[in-house]
Amino acid sequence: MSILVGADTRVLVQGMGKHGTFHAMGCRDYGTKVVGGVTPGKGGTKVEGFPIFDGVDEAVRKTGANCSMIFVPPAGAADAIMEAADAGIPVVVCITEGIPTLDMVKAAAYLEGKPTRLIGPNCPGIISPRDKCKVGIMPGHIHMGGSVGVVSRSGTLTYEAVAQLTALGIGQSTCIGIGGDPIIGTNHTEALELFNKDRATRAIVMIGEIGGSAEEEAAAYVKKHVKKPVVGFIAGQTAPPGRRMGHAGAIISGGKGTADEKMKVMKAAGIHVVKSPAEIGAAVAKALGAKRK
Amino acid sequence: MKIHEYQGKSVLAQFGVPVPRGKVAYTAGEAVEIGKELGFPVVVKAQIHAGGRGKGGGVKLAKSPEECEQIAKAMLGMTLKTHQTGPEGRVVRRVLIEQGMDLQGSKEMYLAILVDRATERPVFMASAAGGMDIEEVAAKDPKAILKEAIDPTVGFQPFQARKLAFGLGLPAAVLPHAVTFMQALYRAFEGVDASLLEINPFLKTKAGDLLALDAKVNFDDNALYRHAALRELRDFDEEDPLEVEASKYNLNYIKLEGGNVGCMVNGAGLAMATMDIIKLAGGSPANFLDVGGGANAEQIRNAFRILLMDKEVKAVLINIFGGILRCDVLAEGVIAAVRDLHVKVPVVVRMKGNNEEKGKEMLKASGLNFTAADDMTQAARKVVAAAGGAR
Repeated sequence: MSILVGADTRVLVQGMGKHGTFHAMGCRDYGTKVVGGVTPGKGGTKVEGFPIFDGVDEAVRKTGANCSMIFVPPAGAADAIMEAADAGIPVVVCITEGIPTLDMVKAAAYLEGKPTRLIGPNCPGIISPRDKCKVGIMPGHIHMGGSVGVVSRSGTLTYEAVAQLTALGIGQSTCIGIGGDPIIGTNHTEALELFNKDRATRAIVMIGEIGGSAEEEAAAYVKKHVKKPVVGFIAGQTAPPGRRMGHAGAIISGGKGTADEKMKVMKAAGIHVVKSPAEIGAAVAKALGAKRK
Repeated sequence: MKIHEYQGKSVLAQFGVPVPRGKVAYTAGEAVEIGKELGFPVVVKAQIHAGGRGKGGGVKLAKSPEECEQIAKAMLGMTLKTHQTGPEGRVVRRVLIEQGMDLQGSKEMYLAILVDRATERPVFMASAAGGMDIEEVAAKDPKAILKEAIDPTVGFQPFQARKLAFGLGLPAAVLPHAVTFMQALYRAFEGVDASLLEINPFLKTKAGDLLALDAKVNFDDNALYRHAALRELRDFDEEDPLEVEASKYNLNYIKLEGGNVGCMVNGAGLAMATMDIIKLAGGSPANFLDVGGGANAEQIRNAFRILLMDKEVKAVLINIFGGILRCDVLAEGVIAAVRDLHVKVPVVVRMKGNNEEKGKEMLKASGLNFTAADDMTQAARKVVAAAGGAR
């Protein structure tokens, strides 16, 4: 068991350029069923063995794809998200970084009321190691099948946390990178809801960043609904206010969205908050051990 | 991206938002000429990318050409300190000369449009408490701020503008103006891909005219590719020179005041976490630097060069998680950079992931003075010690 992606996932890659093709191959090598790619105007050709289609609609009809991974450049990425939703794809993972915020505002409005779940944009994707299913750009080999769910706004910091878990022999059910943009499809709370319902997930790691109030909202959800142990970390404890720290969403504005404030709220909700990013793995081990007793 | 007030007003005017008449001046002579054109009195306003200029002495009334010259002369070149500039302040290089307004019997309000992350929509905000620090108003009396969420598929509607206008207590006679004003403002917000539009104060004169007396316009960096004319408005003098240099190479660099440990990291989250762990080890990070997921040797070289241009840096920590980026490629880049740039400060390297062993061997075999670390905690302790210990 895992969430969102698993053994039955059939992935379509939108934007089979150099980047898209490279990662389509990486996902296939990991064990993911990558059923084809979409590049308008290149329909009917093949790239590295992947059949290419002109549009998502046609690709879904011909391949039975139920998941899409988007590498379309920023100017066309919101359009690609809407095209995937229009074709009825239930899980859409948008890797693209740098999409204009107002494009995402429109895409988010378009998705409202539709059954499509968007992950990202500006994210590493999602991986369920026990099902050998990777839909994203993360290094597959650092993961290990198990029962810890990981949700994070960042990429390499998530790899860091996962590597710590794997080194301690703690496997993961699913790891989701939800993305570093201000407007994202799936937020911390929604990911926590899914992990909370998932029987295979016994503990959850939530990695947040400065900016916005997604972690505070997630903490409120944890307090109310989650019995599984949750370990949390917030990056940006030393970030100056008013500066955008790489991710478009990582900015302390008007004194709001500081790491201190987030950690305080998370602690009060019963989340095991670690101050050091090097202690995430150990904190999970401790939380799981305590639970066993 | 941020722009100056005079640029913001000119952008808004293009969308039909009424603004006071005015022009920018780079010299006291120009200031006087503009003043004569507009007719006295005029207001001389220092143009820097920070708010709170009035309190810092950056906004002054000039009743005559002589006074205008005097004020402009004093203001141009001065270092203006406000609560937003930090203690070092900002040098004023441009002043806006604007028609003097009779504020007697006028009303100062507040308008803003920004994207609300929680609702994923643009939100139009208004408050009758204009001219004040809006964050203070929000903290003290959140109900004093009116909000209208905008449906992006249909845009800002007249009924929403009416709700805001009545909420501000504007009389019925002014209503049509207010609706037109607010709709123009929303068109501007959408038209330029703004991340923030703020009119504070939003002025109603005694005669019933509405004006944007001040304007703050910030752009969404991700959308600048489709606004060539707006990109021209960037003022490099307002940015840290190292940050400008880094942006040329697609490196995300932010200078932190008072730090002495330079960091080079791949990924924004990990870069922030690296700063955090340096602090936890008792040190002080000198910068945020994200070299990105697919950094190559050339980028690493440039990153190193920029890091070392900061003379405060006493030691460097390289923290790379090699997912896509292979550790051996990184090692190659780091070795070349340290050799070419004759790096003298101690360099602590912590790399993890793809081809980790190979990368570590390469660093060792280089004969250069690298300190290897296996995990982040160890790396942070070593680099803080190398920089001269905890402070």
